[in-house]
Amino acid sequence: MIKTFTMGGVHPRENKLSAKKGIIPLPLSSTVIIPVSQHTGAPARILVNKGDKVRTGQLIAEATGFVSANIHSSCSGTVLKTDSFIDSTGYRRMAVNIQVEGDEWIEGINRSTELIKDFSLSSGELINRIKECGLVGMGGAAFPSHVKLTVPQGKKAEYLVINGVECEPYLTSDHALILEKGPEIIVGTRILMKALQVNKAIIGIENNKPDAIEYLTGLAAMEKGITVMALKVKYPQGGEKQLISALLGRQVPSGGLPIDVGVVAFNAGTVFAVYEAIQKNKPLIERVVTVTGKSLSSPSNFLVRIGTSVQTLIEAAGGLPEETGKVINGGPMMGKALNSLEVPVIKGTSGILVLPSSESGRNTPVNCIRCAKCIGVCPMGLEPYLLMSLAEKELFERCEDEKIMDCIECGSCSYTCPSSRPLLDYIRLGKNKVSLIMRARKN
Amino acid sequence: MSILTVSLSPHIHSQESIPRLMYGVILALLPALAVSVFYFGIGMLIITGSAVLSCITFEYLIQKYLLKTKPSHLDGSAAVTGLLLAFCLPSNLPVWMVITGSLAAIGIGKMTFGGLGNNPFNPALVGRVFLFISFPAAMTSYPEPGQWLSYLDAATGATPLSTLSENLANNIKISEIMTGMPSVLDLFLGKMLGSSGEVAAFALLIGLIFMLWRKIITWHIPLTILLTVFIFTASLNLANPEKFAPPLFHLLTGGLMLGAIYMATDYVTSPMARKGMLIYAVGIGIITVLIRTFGAYPEGVQFAILIMNGFTPLINKYVKPKRFGEVKNG
Repeated sequence: MIKTFTMGGVHPRENKLSAKKGIIPLPLSSTVIIPVSQHTGAPARILVNKGDKVRTGQLIAEATGFVSANIHSSCSGTVLKTDSFIDSTGYRRMAVNIQVEGDEWIEGINRSTELIKDFSLSSGELINRIKECGLVGMGGAAFPSHVKLTVPQGKKAEYLVINGVECEPYLTSDHALILEKGPEIIVGTRILMKALQVNKAIIGIENNKPDAIEYLTGLAAMEKGITVMALKVKYPQGGEKQLISALLGRQVPSGGLPIDVGVVAFNAGTVFAVYEAIQKNKPLIERVVTVTGKSLSSPSNFLVRIGTSVQTLIEAAGGLPEETGKVINGGPMMGKALNSLEVPVIKGTSGILVLPSSESGRNTPVNCIRCAKCIGVCPMGLEPYLLMSLAEKELFERCEDEKIMDCIECGSCSYTCPSSRPLLDYIRLGKNKVSLIMRARKN
Repeated sequence: MSILTVSLSPHIHSQESIPRLMYGVILALLPALAVSVFYFGIGMLIITGSAVLSCITFEYLIQKYLLKTKPSHLDGSAAVTGLLLAFCLPSNLPVWMVITGSLAAIGIGKMTFGGLGNNPFNPALVGRVFLFISFPAAMTSYPEPGQWLSYLDAATGATPLSTLSENLANNIKISEIMTGMPSVLDLFLGKMLGSSGEVAAFALLIGLIFMLWRKIITWHIPLTILLTVFIFTASLNLANPEKFAPPLFHLLTGGLMLGAIYMATDYVTSPMARKGMLIYAVGIGIITVLIRTFGAYPEGVQFAILIMNGFTPLINKYVKPKRFGEVKNG
């Protein structure tokens, strides 16, 4: 029987408008804004000054501390300024603004598309190169990859899990990447297996992408230890914990990490970046971004340089339609609504979704009728209705007892609620307060 | 450039709503309504119509003039309460009593607590019990099926459950009592005396399948109640077949189907976690059988549901869903 995760989940309409479209490289725009905080952890320290000439692939900001990531220039040109710019969070954050003047790359990067299968670096050298190249998880959370690859003492990795699920409606960037860069992803998987010193890897893909499953299964058949597993479509299967539960039947313990059950998980896009970092010596300066929406004239998958503005992407997909109400960085379930189109694409941007104003509002919330649908759909086994009312009443200690910190913010509860209650809004508030309380307790 | 809306995720909604759910329940009740009209004719139409209309009207009047809130009388919940109230009344009940029951259901059962979502007890059952205690004679005279054009003047008789309890009180053996009862097939089809909407087990089951398919309810409460009643009555019957009626008889008579499928599953008054639902349902099953076999009343479903409604907050407090990652991995 075809597998999926057992607890909760919903089935939003898939709307994969750009599913059959290939990846189109987007021409360089005139300027780019490259934030130094594109990842979970400490922002990188800027190494360039106004007026400096930079080349594509050049290190322009270096990681500060272990949980941080290097930032490289995605184009060649002149640094206009280093200043704070509004990013996808809606806040002003430090970034490097570069005037694009051609595309001159630094030496040592192999720009050919030829497939290189063999690699000889040791595990430590591989992890180091991945760190040098500024790799972070490209599924959205943008956690620095070298941190995940460094298995803590006392823990042992047993499985590498590759996330090709792409359960968010509308998004197709991983799907397109698998179809175009399948062999590279398999090599990337082997690299990660070696870095982690594991001999088993599982690639999970939902069965709404039969072409990708078939293609990768064929490619993996020649490889030892790599299996491709088709999964029944259900949101949020792309959540790390849900994916591990679906593939291996193991539950990451509350408050724990996948490594606690012997698993390290990477997104398919990250695996391709790993391939390029190791085999081509190429830092993470571009990624595939789905630009989509029912009102857009040509929803597409673009290969985009980091720092390109959302405005540029939308223009390439046919321009911002009249009556646009919302532009979302990411998918409709977990993405962030943008307040400006000047926001740049960063390492974690998997898609840009344009929604018409008719779909941008919310229904008016009414009384909770205790239908328990939020409990039924919660993939973490929580009680969203209870967490909301506890957060509303500011009973944050009880929120903590009811495991509010386990919430993965997938939005299934708010999506389902027949009373249209803003469950996740209040749960986020509660999580925020609880994490402050927890931090205060530690100090 | 247009102004962009900024809000937190999720940005899409299932478009499930209270009216959609409530009208789904009403749709699920239509087969049973049709069968009941077939058996009880004009009386069924009169009490159903008056109950639904008066429930909606009372909801509107109370919200508008007493609570001074925006009336939500058309969200379908008042109509469901009206339908369910009518379904558990005899079809020859005078209209004024039906209206009184509706006022008790909506006024006392629902609005005093703050309206939909806040009532601890099932409003329709509050209405029914109110009538049952206030007008015991009228509430226990059930018309014979098949008198389409009779309403208040319909010839009445005893329900299978009251026949059973009277005969048992006179020390008559089950085997003898059962010879005078309708066959299992007749019970399944609803050819018996009883409250207007509770008789047709098959039509109520069709509604159950519909509600499960539309995901309005889950199987936990209705199936557990039916299973509990079956197991409990079967073991009693096995222990003493001459003193306790067979399990199928219990399943198909009285308000069990109606109660298990439509009343015990009321969102507001039933537990939230799946495990809690099972406890609640087992409780209803056991109390129903206890009242039917050892209590003074021939039928106990409504009391069983109301009693377990009272336990719902406690169950919600102590019975939690299984959290993800709670189990230690081997």
